[in-house]
Amino acid sequence: MTPTSSPFKPEPLWKVRVHLFLGAARRNWALFAESKIGLVGLGIIVLFLLMMAAHPILMSTVWEPRVYDPVRGFDPRLVGRHPAPPSWAHPLGTDPIGRDVLSQLMWSARSEFALGVTAAVISVVIGTIVGAVCAYFGGVVDMFFMRLADLEMLFPFIALLMVLQSVMPLTLIRLALLIGVLSGFGGITIILKSQALTVKVKPYIEAAKVAGGSSWQIIRRHIIPNIMPLSFLYMMFNVTGAIFTEAVLSFFGFLDIRMSWGIMINTAQESGYLGAFGQYWWLWAPAGGAITLLCFAFYLVGRGLDAVVNPRLRKR
Amino acid sequence: MRPRAGSTAKGSGAQAAASLGESVLLQVWRLKKYFPVRKGVFRRTVGWVKAVDEVDLFIPKGETLGLVGESGCGKTTVSRTILRLIEPTSGQVLFRPRSKSLPPVVEVTKATKRVMKLLRREMQIIFQDPYSSLNPRMTVGAIIGEPLIVHRVARGQEVRNRVAELLEAVGLKPDHMRRYPHEFSGGQRQRIGIARALALGPQLVICDEPVSALDVSIQAQVLNLLEDLQDKFGLTYLFVAHDLSVVKHISDRVAVMYLGKVVELAETEELYTRPRHPYTEALLSAVPVPDPDYEAERILLQGDVPSPVNPPAGCRFHPRCSYAQAICSQETPGLQDCGGEHYAACHFASSLALRGVKVA
Repeated sequence: MTPTSSPFKPEPLWKVRVHLFLGAARRNWALFAESKIGLVGLGIIVLFLLMMAAHPILMSTVWEPRVYDPVRGFDPRLVGRHPAPPSWAHPLGTDPIGRDVLSQLMWSARSEFALGVTAAVISVVIGTIVGAVCAYFGGVVDMFFMRLADLEMLFPFIALLMVLQSVMPLTLIRLALLIGVLSGFGGITIILKSQALTVKVKPYIEAAKVAGGSSWQIIRRHIIPNIMPLSFLYMMFNVTGAIFTEAVLSFFGFLDIRMSWGIMINTAQESGYLGAFGQYWWLWAPAGGAITLLCFAFYLVGRGLDAVVNPRLRKR
Repeated sequence: MRPRAGSTAKGSGAQAAASLGESVLLQVWRLKKYFPVRKGVFRRTVGWVKAVDEVDLFIPKGETLGLVGESGCGKTTVSRTILRLIEPTSGQVLFRPRSKSLPPVVEVTKATKRVMKLLRREMQIIFQDPYSSLNPRMTVGAIIGEPLIVHRVARGQEVRNRVAELLEAVGLKPDHMRRYPHEFSGGQRQRIGIARALALGPQLVICDEPVSALDVSIQAQVLNLLEDLQDKFGLTYLFVAHDLSVVKHISDRVAVMYLGKVVELAETEELYTRPRHPYTEALLSAVPVPDPDYEAERILLQGDVPSPVNPPAGCRFHPRCSYAQAICSQETPGLQDCGGEHYAACHFASSLALRGVKVA
């Protein structure tokens, strides 16, 4: 078998890849679109993204920065009447220190997305790699990470973060890293490991061994690509978890963040307006609703993706 | 020294096994694989599954050895152990590599990682299931090219040229390399698996039931392809199968396994026409004969295959053997040469008159 020059000249590989990627994307979109809940989720997420994008535009056009700044704004026309109920000038009213609630809501969307996505990406990258490694090597490595995951899951997550914030100020980036790392070594590792175990016993893994591939090559080229769809799915669920955690911590005022949905509710609570529940509804309902809705949306997208990843859930 | 398989175990020490005839490519000597049976909280080992128990085999260069036996007799374990996909419990596997950077004869079971990687170029495997043996997320080109990239024997355009050649050699088109495995039929997928096995130009190819998962018309095509490739590239095959007619078609010699042991080993025609072991006779009687007037006299074996955790004493076949006598439950027969390189592990190998089948 001497390699001779073959006249065969294939199309450049990147072209093939792009073509195949588009094909796969179209098929997967069709499957995703079949489940209406996924579309609803995606719709809500797009709505929040639009809201996020609209804020800087509004600030530079119709909204006077001194009045509408989400952190330092104050409406002098309404002195003594804050928190003011919704009006034309303030569609969602103002908070107890005279800031525009709608502006706060829109501005915070950006940090919620940043936090949710960063934390989810970190946790899924960790979970995928650790899960694949545990499944492939087994033994002591597997034992160590699985027990770590058990510990992680049993440990009260929010309590741990509360303790940590007393040691160092929890900024948005730090919080995203912490949530990402902590949940990355937690339950997601177990789920992805079990998926990797089903991949590990496939004959193509043996074929790769016989081909002479090293353990890392096999993990990287064969195991990880085959558990990626599930990783992606859990990424969606993890965004929900991260946003939720942030809201809880901000509400209790444990975070070093200037503004977020959790902090909006916290402000209402601090100034004693949360007691009169229905009377000052614009102080808590928009933020609470936004948290619920965005978490819900990511969860729905996750469910929609589930149908793509998991053939058993498909209709037909 | 070639008929090592004939050494009746006792007396022939480890040094005897280390010799390997010039023409022999692979020799398996007293190969054992016991899997632990674990129980309880502390995963205590309470017994051993004797999947492969002292198997002796050898394959001359360029030949095909058929390895047959019923499900669970250890055929697949033998093939995996030779490739070190499963680590053997004990025994030796001697291989004569072509590579100049290796000694003339390598003890595979003791090979280091580096040696093993070099050996991978010369020993390859074709899998039974053409569906799960190809990574669904890789293109055919990437699958076949993987061994070339891993061993750094080719890169870039060279890999694609080589893959194109291999695809043509197995009867597929070069532009199939851009497709994914799910776009192919079972037979085509098996051809892809064969191309992958041939990528590094191996000497020995272990065919682990390569046609069992295919339908009959495709089986013949793939078998013919394997024969053509053997002629073209001078391959040596260890052909594991449970279908006796397939094995008859492709093998030069056949080894019959029962419950982790080789019970008979002979040239194909010799084995089919004049079996020397009662188990072989029973197996052969189950082969369908394409003749409507033929009166089949099936030998129906009594009982089930005993558990390999606790195999019967003496000859492992004795509880189901119609010729069994007192000695069979007491002494384990070794493989004996019955003349003409026909080996059988039966106390009465030379005295029984057993019925074979006509070889077409």
